[in-house]
Amino acid sequence: MKVSRRGFLKISGAVAAASGLGISLKPIAAHAKPLKIKYATETTTVCPYCSVGCSIIVSVRDGKVINTEGDPDSPINRGALCSKGGSIYQMAVNENRLSKPLYRAPFASEWKEVEWEWALDKIAENVKKSRDKSFKKTNAKGQVVNRTEGIASVGSAAMDLEECFTYQKFLRGLGLVYIEHQARI
Amino acid sequence: MTEKIKLYDTSKCTACRGCQLACKQWNGLKARQTEHKGTYQNPPTLGPNTFMLIHFQDYVDSKGNVKWLFCKEACMHCTNAACVTVCPSGALYYNEEFKTVGMDREKCIGCQECVAACPFEIPRYDSKTDKVSKCDMCESRISNGLDPACVKACPTGALKFGDKDKLMKIAEERKKYLGEGASIYGEKFVGGTHFMYVLKEDPAVYEGLKKDPKVPFSLTVWKSWLKPLSLLAAGGVVGGSILHYVLHGPKRPDPEGAAQDEKNQGGA
Amino acid sequence: MTNHWVDLKNSDVLLIMGSNPASNHPISFKWIQEAVDKRGAKIICVDPRYTQSAAKSHLYAPLRSGTDIAFLGGMVKYILEKNLFHLDYVLNYTNASFLVNPDLKLPGDNNGVFSGFADGKYIKDTWSYQTDGEGVIKKDRSLQDPNCVFQLLKKHYSRYTPEIVSRITGTPKDKLLEVYKLYGSTGKPDKAGVELYAMGWTQHTVGVQNIRTMCIIQLLLGNMGIAGGGIAAMRGESNVQGSTDHGLLFHIWPGYLGTPSGSLPTLAAYNEKNTPKTMEKESLNWWKNKPKYVASFLRSMYGESVPLDEAYTLLPKVDDGANYSWLMIFDQMYKEKFTGFFAWGMNPACSGAHSNKVRKALAKLDWMVNVNLFDNETGSFWCGPGMDPKKIKTEVFMLPCASSVEKEGSIANSGRLMQWRYKAISAPGEALPDGDIMSEVFFKVKELYEKKGGPNKEAVTKLTWPYGHKVRGQFHYEPRMVAKEVNGYFLEDKKLENPTKKGEFKEFKKGDLVPTFAWLQDDGSTSSGCWVYCGSVNEKANLAMRRGQADPTGLGLYSEWCWSWPVNRRIIYNGASVDTNGKPWDPSRAVIKWDEEEKKWKGDVPDGAGDPGKGRPPFIMKSDGVASLYGPGLADGPFPEHYEPLECPVEKNLMSPQKNNPAIKRFDKPGVGSDMDVYSGVTSCDPRFPFICATYRVSEHWQTGVLTRWCPWLAEMQPGMFVEMSEELAKEKGISSGDECIVKSARGEVECTAIVTPRFKPFNIDGNTIHEVGIPWHFGWITTKHRLYKKGDKFPEVYTKGDAANLLTSSIGDANTMIPESKAFMVNVVKKGVK
Repeated sequence: MKVSRRGFLKISGAVAAASGLGISLKPIAAHAKPLKIKYATETTTVCPYCSVGCSIIVSVRDGKVINTEGDPDSPINRGALCSKGGSIYQMAVNENRLSKPLYRAPFASEWKEVEWEWALDKIAENVKKSRDKSFKKTNAKGQVVNRTEGIASVGSAAMDLEECFTYQKFLRGLGLVYIEHQARI
Repeated sequence: MTEKIKLYDTSKCTACRGCQLACKQWNGLKARQTEHKGTYQNPPTLGPNTFMLIHFQDYVDSKGNVKWLFCKEACMHCTNAACVTVCPSGALYYNEEFKTVGMDREKCIGCQECVAACPFEIPRYDSKTDKVSKCDMCESRISNGLDPACVKACPTGALKFGDKDKLMKIAEERKKYLGEGASIYGEKFVGGTHFMYVLKEDPAVYEGLKKDPKVPFSLTVWKSWLKPLSLLAAGGVVGGSILHYVLHGPKRPDPEGAAQDEKNQGGA
Repeated sequence: MTNHWVDLKNSDVLLIMGSNPASNHPISFKWIQEAVDKRGAKIICVDPRYTQSAAKSHLYAPLRSGTDIAFLGGMVKYILEKNLFHLDYVLNYTNASFLVNPDLKLPGDNNGVFSGFADGKYIKDTWSYQTDGEGVIKKDRSLQDPNCVFQLLKKHYSRYTPEIVSRITGTPKDKLLEVYKLYGSTGKPDKAGVELYAMGWTQHTVGVQNIRTMCIIQLLLGNMGIAGGGIAAMRGESNVQGSTDHGLLFHIWPGYLGTPSGSLPTLAAYNEKNTPKTMEKESLNWWKNKPKYVASFLRSMYGESVPLDEAYTLLPKVDDGANYSWLMIFDQMYKEKFTGFFAWGMNPACSGAHSNKVRKALAKLDWMVNVNLFDNETGSFWCGPGMDPKKIKTEVFMLPCASSVEKEGSIANSGRLMQWRYKAISAPGEALPDGDIMSEVFFKVKELYEKKGGPNKEAVTKLTWPYGHKVRGQFHYEPRMVAKEVNGYFLEDKKLENPTKKGEFKEFKKGDLVPTFAWLQDDGSTSSGCWVYCGSVNEKANLAMRRGQADPTGLGLYSEWCWSWPVNRRIIYNGASVDTNGKPWDPSRAVIKWDEEEKKWKGDVPDGAGDPGKGRPPFIMKSDGVASLYGPGLADGPFPEHYEPLECPVEKNLMSPQKNNPAIKRFDKPGVGSDMDVYSGVTSCDPRFPFICATYRVSEHWQTGVLTRWCPWLAEMQPGMFVEMSEELAKEKGISSGDECIVKSARGEVECTAIVTPRFKPFNIDGNTIHEVGIPWHFGWITTKHRLYKKGDKFPEVYTKGDAANLLTSSIGDANTMIPESKAFMVNVVKKGVK
């Protein structure tokens, strides 16, 4: 949801009126210091860390995140955030993020930056090779099992619901049975 | 407009440190390389990039009960603020509306008078920028009707911001509710502070709290005859530097300020 | 969670045990504090260590790691003896009155195991119920029959006296009784108690039974289904509820449909075997609808052009009784059974128990795909500590993905609440959303099979993938389209009778979204990716995007804020919040209320509640309609029994001659596991590793720290591995706070900074002094300062210290789930440089 600046204040004000928490929308004094998020575009997100599901407002200007803070509309966190939730800004604005596919050849001592297309082709070939080699039409009892025994997957609770569904579809379509993720650890 | 305070109730603080992070985030403060020194508390002290800190303290009371005390440290926003008194450049000032102590870093000349004067040891000097910094109660937020970043982040209501009368009433209620040993901290010094505490334990127990905050002698000197002198100098810059030399000798590098900020990233 | 986060405010007593929400689910304390402020609620914290949660509790009791069942078993006994249980609830809503096979033997009469134990597992014949000629379970509603569940429960826990519990747990007897009394006070109909657990309960060889014991307590006290009650399973990740719902596990398809095995060759055979039946006349037995969900899932995989039977056949089958879980994956990998591996949004080199084995296993792969936001110990395992890249064959692809603010989609929190997230900015550089990446890989693989063929190739080529659009040659994954697929739609025009209103018909057109799972069909006319999410999207909106603020009950249900599964129900089992006449047990906290005029339930979406007085038992997901005090479905016993952790500091289980959970899979037995699977102190105490250790989290980091260690603000606050220990132990070992220490187990060692604290106290276990220490598990070598940085490597803004806690943990899992026992294992601690 895109929340305009007006929207943010309205949302905030409404909540303050309802619950007395967080923000109030008082008339702004003439000498007020400028607010850095004033002309930002605001979208809402949910914290990617623990499972409480706190809402966060992300303020963006010129394609860059300039602020992240709790969403006062959320009945769960009402604008509050812990240290992890408060740090989302640095997840988005972080020079150490991976930004290019990396490839490590067998026995190599370094990474090599590669193109997506090249990496995806090679991964697909690997998948097919491993699948074809390890595919079991039937098990020891002669029962039809149609499974790929030579590939395993772990992940991920860090994905969105839609991606989780799509990912399990991909894996089961390939015939994988070794499918696990964070829920088992 | 009415006088506002920030109220911190130690009994409700879970030390999630949402406030400490929110302060960094909103104010765009860099992180520093820290070391684990056998406590959760980090950075160990306030610094030019750490305006507030949650103290962690193991405590065993006289009955042998183990406790884990959490206590926030930040600018107290004094009514009679020594830092404002001594500041020659006008960088430190009272917010007329809320009575909090604001800070305009542009105007800071790095004289460190405030560092010496503050009875709570709050302002921190950064030798790299030759400026002092401290919490300004998120002046841009409060003057736009928002809570300070730390207060907004707090999940439990341990931190509150609002009209002084209203929050003092809440403080009194909490003190009563918490019973024997509980107290309110901040109302009795420096004309009353605008950051106040509800303490569950005796104030003497908390390592991070000043037991008897006093304005140092140098401030008296300043008030009586040195400050008028400084005003003669343009913008206070020269005056401040001279006076700093007169009072304290040459500027000393700040060990903490120098140790940090090597290669850090700030917020917006 | 049976309830939801805001509901914590409705509680009178909150038992924090097996978790530390103040640190790890910090915003939960918003509502816990509200309960304290507004209701005068009391917080109990039971933990080996005095935690941040303990610091906010009214009553703290220490217990030795791995002894929760003993502790809670004592509470069951206390509640029964002092008559604190809610009799009406127990009688009508649980299986207390059911008569059990008289041949059942309880551990107290059978050397510590239940009857039927042979060759490492149970044959459950004697665990069955007595039935009449028609198959209806025999009951004794006077609860006096010695074979009724209630009497068996009483008998089983009569052994858990405060004296013996205290000797096992190390909890002082007076503290035990204080906890029992306070928590037992919620047995009154107008009192509510909630339990909050997390990995502190699951990561044990008796993990499931820890939770079962609490379920028994909650049922005895009538705390399930009510506001302020329930069991709060606080999940560890923002979407681990959702990733579980969507079946990213070997044993379930989306929506908790069991993965089919080779012994069920057809869909009909699968349905016959897996659809529960009951002869209980009033029981709704909701799972009787399973074939509808299975058919709809198969449709979501292969569409309408592949017949259901064929779709079923195309999909992979497991072997009966075989286990393909986490520990098995890395065991098989270590034994070179895999050539390929996806570590997608995961860092098993730090998160996997016995990480040394995991790291060695990764070197035995031909290839690995690792998708993440940051460089991590898994993707870079080949240049990690002790690795020689020149000897490692594994080809690695480390693919950069978008973070949660750089794409859109939804996640489900612990309260089953599905909340939508919006894209704020684009991902850095060439990083792509996970959905884009998996789509591209899929298209490439599909193309290869279309061109070159291969075994069971239709399984790949016939998968439907209507999840986005190609723009200038690049596929853009569109989560909103997937959300509709997950919800489900009609595949043909259909006129159907309203499943909840006889005689009322509704017409659907092909392509219409299915309103709720009650409308799903078993004939292939509906598609739904995950039936529990059916109802989340309708023609007007994706309900996960809702931002409504209404709260008419005042209970904090907020039914118009986003959407929760199932059917937007906020408190599940709420049919048990009213008595058999439909009156709320506590009118001041009524989750649902019967409106006499409109003849319908108001409040939350009712769960299992039939029309008042009609006698329908409310636990409709149980085939017999009632909740299980007696649970014959588990692998390790119908009642929880105390067993020692596999690695433990005691010679004997004081409760019985059976020391450990008999049904666990031992990786150190011949034919199982590997040379690396070593344990200490199994048969008798091992003087090399005299101290108990548990892993845990801090507020500032998440999981292996794969994201948070790269966040300078968080690394600044928690910059590295530490070990917390008592002052007594520190004195014994000559350690001071801040000293560098080595913590060592039978499997590995890690360097930690000492925190010497009175918050850990030595335990008195049956007269012996036993020490426990604790370590966080968020760290790893990749963000340390003194590792080798190769050309192009990223340098953290703030370095952290120390490697993974899981280098120490053991490859032994729970008997039911195989979750590793990371909360109780044995270590030694020495000051660095001291032998």
